[in-house]
Amino acid sequence: MLQDKDRIFTNLYGFEDWSLPAAQMRGDWDGTAAIIAKGPDWIINEMKASGLRGRGGAGFPTGMKWSFMPKQSDGRPSYLVVNADESEPGTCKDRDIIRHDPQKLIEGCLIAGFAMRAVAAYIYIRGEFIQERRRLQAAVDQAYEAGLIGKNAAGSGYDFDVFVHHGAGAYICGEETALIQSLEGKKGQPRLKPPFPAGVGVWGCPTTVNNVESIAVAPTILRRGGAWFAGLGRPNNTGTKVFCISGHVNKPCNVEEEMGIPLKDLIEKHCGGVRGGWDNLLAVIPGGSSVPMLPKVICDEVLMDFDSLRAQRSGLGTAAVIVMDKSTDLIKAIARLAKFYKHESCGQCTPCREGTGWMWRVMERMVQGKAEIEEIDTLLEVTTQIEGHTICALGDAAAWPIQGLFRHFRPVVEQRIADYKARTTSRAVAAE
Amino acid sequence: MSHGVAPAGPFEQPASFEFSAENKVWADKIIARYPAGRQQSAIVPLLDIAQRQSGGWLPRAAMEYLAGLLGMAVIRVYEVASFYTMFNMAPVGKHLVQVCTTTPCWLRGSDAVLAACKSRLGIDINQTTPDGTFSLMEAECLGACVNAPMMQVNDDFYEDLTAETTLKVLDALARGETPKTGPQIDRQTSCPEGGPTTLTTFKAAGE
Repeated sequence: MLQDKDRIFTNLYGFEDWSLPAAQMRGDWDGTAAIIAKGPDWIINEMKASGLRGRGGAGFPTGMKWSFMPKQSDGRPSYLVVNADESEPGTCKDRDIIRHDPQKLIEGCLIAGFAMRAVAAYIYIRGEFIQERRRLQAAVDQAYEAGLIGKNAAGSGYDFDVFVHHGAGAYICGEETALIQSLEGKKGQPRLKPPFPAGVGVWGCPTTVNNVESIAVAPTILRRGGAWFAGLGRPNNTGTKVFCISGHVNKPCNVEEEMGIPLKDLIEKHCGGVRGGWDNLLAVIPGGSSVPMLPKVICDEVLMDFDSLRAQRSGLGTAAVIVMDKSTDLIKAIARLAKFYKHESCGQCTPCREGTGWMWRVMERMVQGKAEIEEIDTLLEVTTQIEGHTICALGDAAAWPIQGLFRHFRPVVEQRIADYKARTTSRAVAAE
Repeated sequence: MSHGVAPAGPFEQPASFEFSAENKVWADKIIARYPAGRQQSAIVPLLDIAQRQSGGWLPRAAMEYLAGLLGMAVIRVYEVASFYTMFNMAPVGKHLVQVCTTTPCWLRGSDAVLAACKSRLGIDINQTTPDGTFSLMEAECLGACVNAPMMQVNDDFYEDLTAETTLKVLDALARGETPKTGPQIDRQTSCPEGGPTTLTTFKAAGE
């Protein structure tokens, strides 16, 4: 189990003051100018050495992503955009970072922005996080007042601005190109890649979009060294991670743990166990609503990191662990997610616009059992027509939970259909 | 997509809209965050301010005003406003109650929270009480999943709800009080109930 001395988010729960002086007491903004003095190449190499993989879901190596930004400007400024549009069902970690440890994010913006030769960071926070937005703005104001950002930021000689921007309710804006469109004052509809944001991003300028947690861990990594972070977790799955455990556990919570912690340990050590005991576990969605669920037999042993979960045909995603005990109607749980994706489809690509609604309607019938057995294969076929055939990953995200349900619990759906048939047939007989 | 909450009754579109002096100052500060010529970027934050100034909804005149202010075609403002769920195209109740019913909240009893809201307010989803005090909505994941079930009322989250505590919050709002936001059980934010399993060495050192 991770020791407190290796935890980055030491005010995760807000037991202490969020404001700048208290954050500085906790170590934020310590020697920032000295880190910057080591130069962009040193910072990027150290981030690469840390092995940090993006914490927003895709798990792309952060240092490598930063290295894609132009080293010489062609006249266009570069920008860092921080994705705080936290909306993946199950996920609520960035909210805690923003309301309880905002200076880690702001300091991270300066350092990451400097490493990418950016002139400013825009932090895009979801519209519904209104109190969190106010808190973040207050923290940014404090950092400006203290000279930590703005002209000669933190005495580094580097000029850097940090701005808070917000959405107004649209899951799709968590997709990086949709977020960029939204930041430009447009509907949040994803753009085709290429061009990639590092070449053509916000306002046509080189842009890198990073998750809140990826940016907020950077200052600590650079202070303690990439090797320290790389020494935690497992190879290719290094460091610490804020996990969000919701659903049928005795004590749902957020917790910062080591990457690769066994799922069972995570739930038993921090969440008071599964409601009714471990043997009452039915299934877990391990990485936010978009990743396929895993049955208990896999949960018994699986480790919580990118590669371990991928090997089980699921994913770490945002590390949002949704626990479902044996009382759960799994078909209904997934039908509700299907409704979510139908609601959140931006409507731009036909497979997603039409497919998410179609899948939801079929899933709703399957909740009742009001379907033909053959429709299961039709449904699965449709998921493969949507998956990989849209501009962004929302289509994939809508397909995978359904695929996960049938991969592991197909007999449950078949039984539901058979039960419904038996019920309606006997009624029909009785009526004769 | 913009939602479909019905207003309490017929309403009129105001003939004109203009930011108050205070809001104009605020709006100018927001516009200045974006590079020159990119003022359209401010549209969502400005729509939010306009909605607040108008009592919780966006009159057509406000969208036309913002189009003029930011140099946008009016239709571009409409299409942005109608894309995002938080913009209301018709008046909503003084308290906009949004119950999250997405899977993490559903697993922990959002059905009971929603049922409590319906019974106490006497309205269904997407309706407004005749006196205009409450509107009720079903919301997609609001990002407080380890404090499920939860609901958002205007700017605030009420978390770790039961049917009983939901009624308490609604009753307090109806009386014009300001109920305590956040968890409605004895719990610090997203920390495990009963106390943290981590960060205990720091807490002890600070005490």
